Amino acid sequence: MIEMALNIKSLPKKKYVMPGHAACPGCPETIGFRHLGMALGDKAVTVIPAGCSAVIQGLWPKQGWGLPALNIVFAAGAATASGLARALERRGVDAHVVVWAGDGGTADIGLQSLSGAAERGENIIYVCVDNEAYMNTGIQRSSLTPHGAWTTTTHRGNPGTKKPIPQIVAAHRVPYVATASIGYPWDFIAKLRKAAKIRGFKYIHLHAPCPVGWRFDAGLTGKIAKLAVETGAWILYEYENGKLKLNPPSNRLLDPSKRKPIEEYIKLQGRFRNISPESLEVLKRDIDRNWEEIRTALRAQGDL
Amino acid sequence: MSSSTTERKLVVDRRGHFLPLSPSEVGSAGKTGSWRTERPVLSPEKCTSCYLCWLYCPDDVITMEPRGPEGNEIPVIDYEYCKGCGICVDVCPVNALSMISEEEPIEIQR
Ligand SMILES: Cc1ncc(C[n+]2csc(CCOP(=O)(O)OP(=O)(O)O)c2C)c(N)n1
Ligand code: SF4
Ligand code: SF4
Ligand code: SF4
Repeated sequence: MIEMALNIKSLPKKKYVMPGHAACPGCPETIGFRHLGMALGDKAVTVIPAGCSAVIQGLWPKQGWGLPALNIVFAAGAATASGLARALERRGVDAHVVVWAGDGGTADIGLQSLSGAAERGENIIYVCVDNEAYMNTGIQRSSLTPHGAWTTTTHRGNPGTKKPIPQIVAAHRVPYVATASIGYPWDFIAKLRKAAKIRGFKYIHLHAPCPVGWRFDAGLTGKIAKLAVETGAWILYEYENGKLKLNPPSNRLLDPSKRKPIEEYIKLQGRFRNISPESLEVLKRDIDRNWEEIRTALRAQGDL
Repeated sequence: MSSSTTERKLVVDRRGHFLPLSPSEVGSAGKTGSWRTERPVLSPEKCTSCYLCWLYCPDDVITMEPRGPEGNEIPVIDYEYCKGCGICVDVCPVNALSMISEEEPIEIQR
């Protein structure tokens, strides 16, 4: 189990997030960024398109991240990282170029440059920090907002469903695609370290519950991230060279009876406060469909 | 803007052009400890030195130091920057941390 393999106390103590940064209390993006630094150390160079993380970086004259960070326009995260990775390699600099982009910057506005870099096989790690809406500009819906969730552009609940971005990236036949959660740092850190050893395009989709946009108490960020996984609403898995594998604790949740009821996850979040019974059913159906697709893939591989 | 901002040396390239660079430094948004309405406080005798509070703190204001009752490592919180989110309290498996109101007198917390 990944959890066992990683000794928390041996992780680097260096500050990869500088105290006194601009993020809201309880911010998941800063939790995840700390784990990024712990995983890759000083070899990581980040490329950050528009979003909350860009603001944390961009309060000139100081920046809030403890890693080099290049700020770039919304649509160009993966394109910029492609050029940066090539330039560093040509100069003989040993570095891991990491795109650190929000769900809007990944699944909507940055999708074409992400697809291009994946198809070209650029040697970068792309992390989508998914807080399920455009938080920095005031909680607008993105294509990664789950069904039924309130946002400032979906007052009656999001009519759409969450776009399957990890599968869309995996369909580019890249060597590594994984999901992760800020609630499971040892899993995210192990996946980043694995990605760093692979040459080519690597994609990690990090689930990042946001207290401001999801309307929950700032102290609950970690708990809600774990509940997403324990209820099966978010699934931890990885595709290595196209082969799918469920990771703990999701590997024990293929059987729906092992999952906590979805209500335990959504009742703590104000964005679902007014969800209708019909919408809740659609949300549950979306989640079931994700699991069904995983089951089908595992079966096709002969793993079930 | 503080005086340290105006005194800061700007980064320029070989031709003397100003470069929009900012170094990683503590306090890019000021002394964020002033944002708190509640503060996390530790009961050192309960702490099992598991590091989970350190691992999850979004503001990186926890340092593990060998200051526990048995010389064990306990979290030491930098209240100058701790935003009082309460995540450390929530993730602590043994309830060694609790939130108390900022209106409580400081002496009680020692
Ligand atoms: C082309 C373009 N359109 C719109 C914006 C305004 N904008 C800045 S940040 C942001 C939201 C980012 O959302 P997301 O990518 O999900 O990241 P988050 O803020 O949630 O971390 C928007 C819409 C912009 N900077 N550039
Ligand atoms: S809105 Fe959410 S993601 Fe953005 S800085 Fe605040 S807590 Fe972090
Ligand atoms: S309250 Fe939040 S910012 Fe303060 S030490 Fe705990 S986790 Fe860190
Ligand atoms: S989480 Fe609790 S027990 Fe673990 S180190 Fe922090 S205070 Fe101590």
